[in-house]
Amino acid sequence: MKIVAICGAGIGTSEILRVNATRALERLDIEAEVTATDVASVGVAAADAQVILTSQELVGAIGPTNADVVVIDNYFDLEEITAKLEIAVG
Amino acid sequence: MSFTPPPLDQLPDSAIALNAIAPDWRSAVRLAAEALAAAGYSDVGYGDRMIALVEEYGPYIVIAPGLAMAHARPGSDIHAPGLAIVTLAEPVSFGHAHNDPVSVVIGLAATESDQHVASVATLANVFNDASVIPGLAAATTKDEVRQLLGRILKP
Repeated sequence: MKIVAICGAGIGTSEILRVNATRALERLDIEAEVTATDVASVGVAAADAQVILTSQELVGAIGPTNADVVVIDNYFDLEEITAKLEIAVG
Repeated sequence: MSFTPPPLDQLPDSAIALNAIAPDWRSAVRLAAEALAAAGYSDVGYGDRMIALVEEYGPYIVIAPGLAMAHARPGSDIHAPGLAIVTLAEPVSFGHAHNDPVSVVIGLAATESDQHVASVATLANVFNDASVIPGLAAATTKDEVRQLLGRILKP
């Protein structure tokens, strides 16, 4: 399974999301590769991804995708990230 | 340049601004750039690039209730990787659907994405403790800020 976390610059908030998504997946006992990238590169980076993690503001910028787009409100809330990932990959 | 940012609990005084006055979110982001510049991490003009990112993509940098993580891509206006913390006397709205108003702004400066990763991962460790953001907002001394940032929650 491949999961991509995206933000505007690909270095700040997406990295927080990547770290916490990795933790959430450990809790769920799900093996996945989680990467972080910027929204401009998402077409390539997420071409074969099952899940895209991002914030509401960036959803419109993602463009057409076959991946499930999961919106995270609080990037530091492991409960929220775990619950939403469980639905997306379950 | 080979330079690692100082550990979070050793953030220099110049990289911390407490109870700062910002009338709006742009001013709040500029305060973060001023703190980054005061600590030697970036030029003050980096603030305009951090603002431009929000103007382009919206207030997604407000990643948790009360907290904005201002940043932009690496560039020639960044001299060393580092971060700055600004707390606001009066919280400001960034226009975020869930996490407004913002009372703590983190400014991030990155020279290369690779160097950036370690300190950002540390931030995730610190802020996964939900008491840290309100704690920072209420901090009255820079030592208090360093103490909060040095408290790492075990995953």
